[in-house]
Amino acid sequence: MEKIKVSVFIDRDNKNIMIELSNSTLVRDLLMKLDINPVTVIVSRNSELILEDEQLNNNDEIKILSVISGG
Amino acid sequence: MINIKLSCCSEKPVTSLYSGEKLCKNHFTEYFENKVFKTLRQFDLLDKGENIGVAISGGKDSLTVLSILNRLSKENPKIKISAIAIDEGIAGYRDRTLMTAKEFCGKNKINLHIFSYEEEFGLTLDEMLKILDVKPCTICGIFRRYLLNKKSRELGLTKLATGHNLDDECQSIQMNQMRNDLRASARLGPKGGLIKNNKFVQRIKPLYLCTEKEVTTYAFINGLLDNFNECPNAVHSFRAQVRDTLNDLENKFPGTKYSIENSFLQTLPYLKEKFRDGKIKICKNCSEPSSNDICNACVYVEKLKNKIDMNN
Repeated sequence: MEKIKVSVFIDRDNKNIMIELSNSTLVRDLLMKLDINPVTVIVSRNSELILEDEQLNNNDEIKILSVISGG
Repeated sequence: MINIKLSCCSEKPVTSLYSGEKLCKNHFTEYFENKVFKTLRQFDLLDKGENIGVAISGGKDSLTVLSILNRLSKENPKIKISAIAIDEGIAGYRDRTLMTAKEFCGKNKINLHIFSYEEEFGLTLDEMLKILDVKPCTICGIFRRYLLNKKSRELGLTKLATGHNLDDECQSIQMNQMRNDLRASARLGPKGGLIKNNKFVQRIKPLYLCTEKEVTTYAFINGLLDNFNECPNAVHSFRAQVRDTLNDLENKFPGTKYSIENSFLQTLPYLKEKFRDGKIKICKNCSEPSSNDICNACVYVEKLKNKIDMNN
């Protein structure tokens, strides 16, 4: 199966990772792989918000932004 | 693939609601703002003329409230808006969020009043926590509520709007149940408080019906979302554990949080009635309202003084 590479920034951990995925991977699959509850984040691609059922593309720049803040 | 049938229009959807409907940027913004205006009307949060203070931290929730109420104020000159912020003295956290608050207020020409623990109580929160062996959120909450109420009253504010959202409310409802503290729950709701007293400034929660995810989506779309910021003291708090549990349940059983808040709203009038008789005293030390002869803030100030004296 063909693979894609995406760059993922996770703001809560202030961490940037490169990740290899199958080319039919959806946003929700990525969150599951990273063990992130979709209720707790919003996800952007190239600075635009995307839905959990959208497919990822090769070389996407993904940001996973936590909805939790304050204290 | 995007399900066209559930989309609001031909624009690309940026979020999907609990109902399954998918909304583009503009329709989501309209949906969210209408929800806030509906909250203001449904719960009678604003009178015709108000001098509202918005308690801001620089985070997305309070900036969202400030942004929407500021617009409302421009459309209705009888509604006056200013912002009030508390600098607890949490190095590496509050200094950064206050900078965001100052920038936002400067750009939007909103008066911002900042009060600090250091000026009012003589110590920063970081210093207090080195002296007293106490849960950070407990002592911080007591001093913050104390200062917000006192300063709001001194500023002549008629209401104090906070950024509390549906997630915050659900957490508080659950925490109070686990602590068997129904009196605390009786103080919750879109209009905070239990007993009317001219020493208390009424608190209102315009984001009461909005989930934290909806607020973040709105803040992202409208440029109100700053870098991720969570108070370092909050990470291991009881609230954080309840929050994580509720989010797990919401993921497995969508709508859980709406159900918690909706069922709570049905019981809230009974709770308010049950605990209405409590009397408000005036603190013998500082003359602020209190449920005891000495208010909690003065109790902790005294504890801090004693500990400092013992160590000297």
